[in-house]
Amino acid sequence: MSFPENSPLPPERQQLAQQLASGLPADQAAWLSGFFAGIGYSGSPAAIAPSAAKQEMTILYGSESGNAEALSGTIQKAAGKQGFKTKVVNMADAKAAALAKAENLLVVVSTWGEGDPPDSATAYHEEFMSDAMPQLPNLKYSVCALGDTSYEHFCKIGKDFDERLSKLGGERVFDRVDCDVDYEDAFDGWLKGALGAFPQAGVVADIPASVEIPGSVVYDKKNPYEAEILEKIVLNGTGSIKETLHVEISLEGSGLTYEPGDSLGIYPENRDADVEAVLAAAGLKANEKLGDKTLAEALKTDLDITSLSPAIALKYNKIVEDKKLQALLDEKDKAELKDWIWGRQLVDLLETYPHKGWTAESFTGILRGLTPRLYSIASSLKAHPDEVHLTIAAVRYHTHGRDRVGVCSTFVADEIAIGDTAKVFFHSNKNFRLPEDDSTPVIMVGPGTGIAPFRAFIEERAASEAKGKSWLFFGDQHFSYDFLYQLEWLDYLEDGCLTELTTAFSRDQKEKIYVQHRLAERGAEIWKWLEEGAYFYVCGDATKMAKDVHQALMDIAVAHGGKSPEEAKEWLGALRKEKRYQRDVY
Amino acid sequence: MSTLGKSANEGIKDASEYLRGTILEGLANSATGSLSKDDQQLTKFHGIYQQDDRDIRKERRKKKLEPAHSFMIRVRVPGGVSTPQQWLDMDRIAQEHANGALKLTTRQAFQFHGVIKSNLKTTIAEINESLFDTLAACGDVNRNVMCNPNPMQSKVHADVLQLATEISDHLSPRTGAYHEIWLDDGTGEKVKVTYDAPKIDDIADPEEPIYGKHYLPRKFKTVIAVPPSNDVDIYAHDLGYIAILEGDDKIVGYNVTVGGGMGMTHGNEETFPRLADLLGFCTPEQAVIVGEAVVRVQRDHGNRDVRTNARLKYTIERLGIDKFREEVETLCGFKLEKPRDFTFEDNGDRYGWIEDHTGHHHYTMFVENGRVYDTDDYQMLTGLREIAKVHEGDFRLTANQNLIIANISPEKKAEIETLLADYKMIDSHERSALRLNSMACVSLPTCGLALAESQRYLPDLVTEIEEILDDAGLRQDAITIRMTGCPNGCARPYIAEIGFVGRGPGKYNLYLGGGFHGERLSKLYAPSVKGDDVAAILKPLIHDYAKNRKDGERFGDFTIRSGYIKATGNGRDFHKDFVEPELAV
Repeated sequence: MSFPENSPLPPERQQLAQQLASGLPADQAAWLSGFFAGIGYSGSPAAIAPSAAKQEMTILYGSESGNAEALSGTIQKAAGKQGFKTKVVNMADAKAAALAKAENLLVVVSTWGEGDPPDSATAYHEEFMSDAMPQLPNLKYSVCALGDTSYEHFCKIGKDFDERLSKLGGERVFDRVDCDVDYEDAFDGWLKGALGAFPQAGVVADIPASVEIPGSVVYDKKNPYEAEILEKIVLNGTGSIKETLHVEISLEGSGLTYEPGDSLGIYPENRDADVEAVLAAAGLKANEKLGDKTLAEALKTDLDITSLSPAIALKYNKIVEDKKLQALLDEKDKAELKDWIWGRQLVDLLETYPHKGWTAESFTGILRGLTPRLYSIASSLKAHPDEVHLTIAAVRYHTHGRDRVGVCSTFVADEIAIGDTAKVFFHSNKNFRLPEDDSTPVIMVGPGTGIAPFRAFIEERAASEAKGKSWLFFGDQHFSYDFLYQLEWLDYLEDGCLTELTTAFSRDQKEKIYVQHRLAERGAEIWKWLEEGAYFYVCGDATKMAKDVHQALMDIAVAHGGKSPEEAKEWLGALRKEKRYQRDVY
Repeated sequence: MSTLGKSANEGIKDASEYLRGTILEGLANSATGSLSKDDQQLTKFHGIYQQDDRDIRKERRKKKLEPAHSFMIRVRVPGGVSTPQQWLDMDRIAQEHANGALKLTTRQAFQFHGVIKSNLKTTIAEINESLFDTLAACGDVNRNVMCNPNPMQSKVHADVLQLATEISDHLSPRTGAYHEIWLDDGTGEKVKVTYDAPKIDDIADPEEPIYGKHYLPRKFKTVIAVPPSNDVDIYAHDLGYIAILEGDDKIVGYNVTVGGGMGMTHGNEETFPRLADLLGFCTPEQAVIVGEAVVRVQRDHGNRDVRTNARLKYTIERLGIDKFREEVETLCGFKLEKPRDFTFEDNGDRYGWIEDHTGHHHYTMFVENGRVYDTDDYQMLTGLREIAKVHEGDFRLTANQNLIIANISPEKKAEIETLLADYKMIDSHERSALRLNSMACVSLPTCGLALAESQRYLPDLVTEIEEILDDAGLRQDAITIRMTGCPNGCARPYIAEIGFVGRGPGKYNLYLGGGFHGERLSKLYAPSVKGDDVAAILKPLIHDYAKNRKDGERFGDFTIRSGYIKATGNGRDFHKDFVEPELAV
């Protein structure tokens, strides 16, 4: 065995290591590898019991937006410090049956939409829940479930894993935690507890959810960067009923970087009008103290005062004890309650089931923290050094006699002006990346604000003079008003950075035309591109568009690839496994 | 002889494969609402102009949007006659595919504005399903053939309408391009069209027997007038037929006029508006062949090197009317007779109800600048739709952008009158005589040629002038007033008594002295005046006219007699004799 040239060891240590390694029996070599790994993590071999081989900890994650993936990294570090030999498994790349070999397992997985697994974990989840799964009698495990309490099937996939692992014979060493969108504290508690619950664990130090590099300021979710807004343009032309913002944000001096496909988080504030309405409905005063802030300040900057879900209603009625509301909550499927909640917000709950005895503490106690919103980044650093661009649809609607808004989108649209700053952080999304080989063709389907990451992709490929073909599908309501970034596309088409652009405008004619219809029309060519190895990307609406596009792809495989519907499904699954079918849907 | 000339448009026509160009490819490109530059020239032959909303160009660039491209579609309506069903179809198309307004043009055509590229094909197909078409509504060919809508003489009207239709059909381009591009049903089956053979035995080219592959050097406009009304402005058109009657209702033939035209270019005195010359008299049977011969002479003698000098009026200036007549007669194989006597009285419309000798009723309503649309106060589009649903006669578009609800039986009259009243259209013409004789082109924001506002501005300017007329006691005195946003002359401003031609934003050349029935060109009175100053400039003239006019003297005649301007003899003299005015501002 010769030493690799890029080894950092000085010559004398290389010699020592080579002596040690030569003719070493396999079991001793395995032990030494763990030993040195321990030195790597702790800096001192003394922290590890040198007499025992390290236990392996499998860290399994299923990630949609990248949160679970990021947390798996945190777990890995912590488990390593704890003395485990770690193995991180992405559900996107693995077979569930391989769990049979694992002895210690930590799972972190998110739930999407109506109780769905992350896109990339669909096949894994399906296999895991099927009868084909082997028994796991030697497994010790704990699950961290990520979700959003405003959805009905909160943390369903995490629960699936937790319950099924137990049924398969696994031993739950630490109770599952179900994390809401402000997951940090719950996660930290779980990680500390779970790692401590495995038999050979020692003492675990506090583990930060974020990684800090000493000596330089690192901006992240916990420590967001105050970034200046450089430009804000409504992209929709006069006559449109839509309001899509193009926002350019400065990163100058922050040291922050990102990759096309990543997201930017923005911390919003609630509108004063909403704060006032909620205070009035709860019968509370703006200047009441809550910690070191006034109640109004806390409601504006720290707490979610608009979202309404059965979970909130439940907490609410524990205090209010309204009989009518309780009857709705007691209903088995809560259908009537959900129906009522549709289009309503917290203020409606306060007004419909009023309560006289609110205090600042009791009221804020039922509220979730105000969470940042993630937006797919619409720029490439190569095209815009020191800048990040976003494409944000301002959400405004009128329901049940009240004007309502999306908190963060209208915060950007109305509350921050050019020259102001906003608190931002980057959020990596490794599941949405350009192919490494830039000669690979790409097909991008991004109607509405789904266009954002593809502007980043195309800018990136243009800046790096990529050789691969590219085909963009865009759709919106009206060609004349809603063709986001049209002039840029025309330029890219002209200089060849974009090979094809196909559009679908739903309201320019009697029958509604959407991107999936255009995909079907161009099915033969799309199939040809895919045969040539094209990557297929989808970004935008998850509830309808992404499903329709998914179906359109399967139909193309049937119509032009000569596959049966069953084979088409398998083909698409395989495409996903190969990372040639990537989605960023919301 | 070869017809390929040096002007850019000639090259485009030459390469177009009979007006096909790359229009189909352009329509299929969904990334832009525009067609290629060359195709934009070719689609004119198909009745389609690419335009954009110039008001919002800058704003859109900032929003990363290309200009708001859309298309104006001109529907060819020979003689301006539409059935109620066709009216309903046009109304529906305006709402479903265009900007919701129906424009009645100065040449008796319907116009749609704001049709986006992805809807072009459907719109054209639907227009054709309604048995109208858009072919040759623009472009270097014979365009919509106009005729006097003349409701009083129904037999005469039937005859001139028949001639208008025959000329229109006979001089239509024969290329299959129109049907291939717009009427292909998607199965690849092309709609076959048959046309009659040329009347003159000289086939220019099998695909385009009359025009040949280069078509005409420039646009070509044909009208038919029935004296005493010159509502079609016969002297402003390339080819005209003045019906000569014996008794009340027998047309014995036509005086043929040639070489009229309005367009000119600012700063280029080689270009000028010109009134048509009388060429001679022909019988009704000879009318179509004479038309074909005039087209052929222009095809071969028109200037294809300099587009601004390409119209028939310049060809005649160059050849002389006698030589031109000789060429026409040679092609026809017969001589034209001497022109017969006729008298025109005006070029306006007669508003309100009239009853013809068969007992049918006709209602002429004022449509300001030809714009039929709904506002909160005035639901003209809806009102006319309701009338079209019950009307059994026809609708006639006038050359002054007004509308005649024609041939209403005595039984139906009350019902239609009620609808007219319900929708406040019954008093549409209770306006000042000035407003009733006003006309403006479309101009900004959509017309690519516009230099200044026109149809959005003239109504306000008329309101200002009305105050002066009221002061002077002239509210009921008809004066023709016309405005165009550029010198090309769509609203025929050079034969108005008061004419405005856009020079730049808010600025107009003011012309005076046109003949009240279109028989005399006007003369530049004041160059580049601000729109805001116009009322002040006209005020002393109007008061002078009120005080010092002779009995029955028209405003245009008065401005010449009083020395405000010199009379213009004909086109060549248009730019001569300008006298620096003493303006009141």
